[in-house]
Amino acid sequence: MNAAYEFVTGPLAWVAWGIFLLGSAYRLVSMYQLAKKKDATAMAFMDLGFSLRSIINWLIPFNALGWRNSPLMTVATFAFHACLLIAPIFLVAHVMLWDQAFGVSYVTIPDTVADIMTLVVIAACLFFAGRRFVQPEVRYITTPQDWVALVIVLAPFATGFLAYHQALDYNLMVILHVIAGEVMLAAIPFTRLSHMVFVVFTRAYMGSEFGGVRHARDW
Amino acid sequence: MGIADRLIEDVGLRRGVSRLTPEIIEKTVNAVISGETGARLKAYAETCMRCGLCAQACHFSQSHPGDPSYTPAGKVHQTMGVLLKTKGRVEPDFIYGMAQLAYTECNLCRRCVHYCPIGVDTGYIMSTVRRICHKLGVTPQYIQDTAHSHSATFNQMWVKDDEWTDTLMWQEEEARDEFPDLRIPLDKEGADIYYSVIAPEPKFRTQLIYQAAAIMHMAGADWTMPSEPGWDNSDMCMFTGDFEMMARLKRRHFESAQKLKVKRIVMGECGHAFRSIYDMGNRAAGWKMPPVPVIHSIAYFWELMTEGKIHLAKKYPGPVTVHDPCNVVRGQGLHNKLRELVRFLVDGDIIETASHGEHNLCCTAGGGVINCGPPFKNVRVAGSKSKAEELKATGVKTIIAPCHNCHGGLEDTVHSYKLGMEIKFLGDIIYECMEKPEV
Repeated sequence: MNAAYEFVTGPLAWVAWGIFLLGSAYRLVSMYQLAKKKDATAMAFMDLGFSLRSIINWLIPFNALGWRNSPLMTVATFAFHACLLIAPIFLVAHVMLWDQAFGVSYVTIPDTVADIMTLVVIAACLFFAGRRFVQPEVRYITTPQDWVALVIVLAPFATGFLAYHQALDYNLMVILHVIAGEVMLAAIPFTRLSHMVFVVFTRAYMGSEFGGVRHARDW
Repeated sequence: MGIADRLIEDVGLRRGVSRLTPEIIEKTVNAVISGETGARLKAYAETCMRCGLCAQACHFSQSHPGDPSYTPAGKVHQTMGVLLKTKGRVEPDFIYGMAQLAYTECNLCRRCVHYCPIGVDTGYIMSTVRRICHKLGVTPQYIQDTAHSHSATFNQMWVKDDEWTDTLMWQEEEARDEFPDLRIPLDKEGADIYYSVIAPEPKFRTQLIYQAAAIMHMAGADWTMPSEPGWDNSDMCMFTGDFEMMARLKRRHFESAQKLKVKRIVMGECGHAFRSIYDMGNRAAGWKMPPVPVIHSIAYFWELMTEGKIHLAKKYPGPVTVHDPCNVVRGQGLHNKLRELVRFLVDGDIIETASHGEHNLCCTAGGGVINCGPPFKNVRVAGSKSKAEELKATGVKTIIAPCHNCHGGLEDTVHSYKLGMEIKFLGDIIYECMEKPEV
């Protein structure tokens, strides 16, 4: 068990981070080159100010028309993304790992807060899954890839929660948790999770067109 | 549930599909996707999280509650989604439904933009689907007829060159009963304004040319109209997916204005033509922004108002509601000027529809949908149910709609849903209310 733990937190972690970082960089660079080659009529209109205007306005809950008309989804989406980022990055146990490996330490959140955030992520995942079953307009367009993305995100939080509460076999659960987290990292560049990498640019483009050319809000 | 369950017979679609083979389809689809699309389509296809938020945006899905095949993402799912998944390996029958959906169940109005956190441009995706249909030769007959007319005559309605100038001179002559020294100056070099119209105006809405001439005359404008092709600013090729002709049309239009060395182009109350001139056609012809400044009638009339060049003898009796054409509000943000102008012209309040300004609901006629003709009229009217409900809720009797296609669509909506409302162009109201010389 110890050797397995060493492996998943050692070499496998390097691989996962490598795939995530290099994969994301590759996807971004190749997408940029494709855009330069094929989307000149779009690239010509990119504008930093209007990009930021759009991004900021969409980051305010209930600001965009779409957010306002789906309040439950808005709350779920914002809570989900906030907790998804904050909990793993500022978790005491994770920061300790950084400290052990690289001597890097930074601010943390109390474990109780992280625990609640984890539950929020799990609840949001279940909510998203429920929508895919119950709401006809979501069910109609749901593809296997969407389920894959959801499971990939749910797994590290579910296993992390179980490990933290020492439910089932703790040692096994920690290893599963690490693997699940690494799968998520490695999956980011190559699944629907790539929206993490690309959404800034799709949003920025729409903002640039609506700001610079169409003089209208895109939110 | 889906387009295959609601196919409508159309000669153009049927004939086009009859010529297809799976090999032709695969080759054409991939030629367009790899040759003409790039990062935008790729990013949209990959990052659309299938959240379904856009379902509430679209008037088609609002008007068909519970049927997800009318939602923006649902429409992409049935068309481009399938093409990307199968890499173009689909049967000819599939193309029939794909074309019907892309041409008649999406107005390219871009309202879904306000609902998509990712920033997916469904209008662009549906335009690309239409582009593939065009390359496959599968287009509804009526709109293809107007596109052919563009190709052959550089105007949408097969108006012959002599008929065009004859119509202008006829309108000038008519108007002189009311305005004795009115002129419609032809080919006047160096004029301040080049006035451009859509071909249906000389064909069957000549009163619009009459009114525009009257307004220009009373405002003391230095204006002209071209006698040669290039005068028609409309563009059905943009909507069929014939982007080569779209570029040629705009090039002809702008070069006609450049030849006359005018300061700017003022265009009539048209939405789609504005999209072509200001957004899509100019880009297709290689101009980032229009090479000659283009002003929509809303902005031009607003200028006349603020400069005190329109003098009203009376105000139009209100209250009224304002219909915002997608292509000028989500196309150039003209909704505020439109309201300032309406307040100036109308005695009474503007009662807004629930969705207005850049959040407007589409008239369901735009994007070439009304141009697909009678076979698809019922689809269009059914899709405008939510618009009809919003209009009805205002309780007013007058809709001001500064767009030709919106007029056509709203006329059918008002009639079919028995709204008992009249629809007015800004030009109608200005002409009716402005001071006229005593003859």
